[in-house]
Amino acid sequence: MPSFLFWLFTTIMLIGGVAVIAFRNPVSSALSVVTCFVGLAGLFIGLSAFFVGVIQILVYTGAVMVLFLFIIMLLDLKDEEHRAKKMVPIAAGLALVAAFMVQFIGVLSQTANKPGTGFTKEGLTASAKILVSNSTIPEAGKINQALTQGQLPDVHLIGHTLFTQYNLPLQILGVLLLVATVGVVTLSKRQAE
Amino acid sequence: MASLNDYLLASALLFAIGLAGVVMRRNIIIVFMCLELMLSAANLSLVAFSRFNTVNGLPDYNGQMLVFFVVTVAAAEVAVGLAIIVALYRARQTIHTDELTSLKG
Repeated sequence: MPSFLFWLFTTIMLIGGVAVIAFRNPVSSALSVVTCFVGLAGLFIGLSAFFVGVIQILVYTGAVMVLFLFIIMLLDLKDEEHRAKKMVPIAAGLALVAAFMVQFIGVLSQTANKPGTGFTKEGLTASAKILVSNSTIPEAGKINQALTQGQLPDVHLIGHTLFTQYNLPLQILGVLLLVATVGVVTLSKRQAE
Repeated sequence: MASLNDYLLASALLFAIGLAGVVMRRNIIIVFMCLELMLSAANLSLVAFSRFNTVNGLPDYNGQMLVFFVVTVAAAEVAVGLAIIVALYRARQTIHTDELTSLKG
């Protein structure tokens, strides 16, 4: 990705993030989160993680934030604008952030940087050969076909990893979602008198 | 293309914004949104590490698997958390952390 797009999406993401804290109206905050996540999805796609980028849009901005907006409208909060701002939490937040950033920059200056390199057709063909030779992927499959054509079949590779290496965690995740659904129904049920 | 440290810096800034929001804001729904921002910041650094740590010339998909699981668990967490907030609002008619002081000694 050209650096211009990186800076564009990072700026969108950070402005959205700051707006979440700055707005007093919860609905504006929720829409700022959407802006922030759209920028983040752009960064994911710039990192050639197309699947994660699409999931970010579909799950976070599509489902999760609509759920947030729905709950905000359900609760009908109006009194926030009339409250006085307290100085102690704001000072504590700024101090915490400053300490975190100092630590982070200290760590970052000690570690080696890695320059970004794009994918080349030769490199992808070579990795296809390695994967076929240790029989991770079938030779006649779509992954091999796309790699030898010089494309990165991101979704196919993720699906392949998910259903071979990570099959058991995936099943457990299904159980977790079922438990969450049952839990939400139990929580939302009106308590019997 | 941007380097690994650029992505890590972007991720750290997003995490810092989320952290500041959790500490500063008094509205539980906003605090919850800021938690989501922090989870997404972690996802960004995971994807950056996955992209820059190539295995056989391809991105390390173990990192993106973790992102997939984080996104799914976060969606479940949001559903349960918002149900708790609605239950809290029904019981107390407020979602301001200043007024929820039952656990204060």
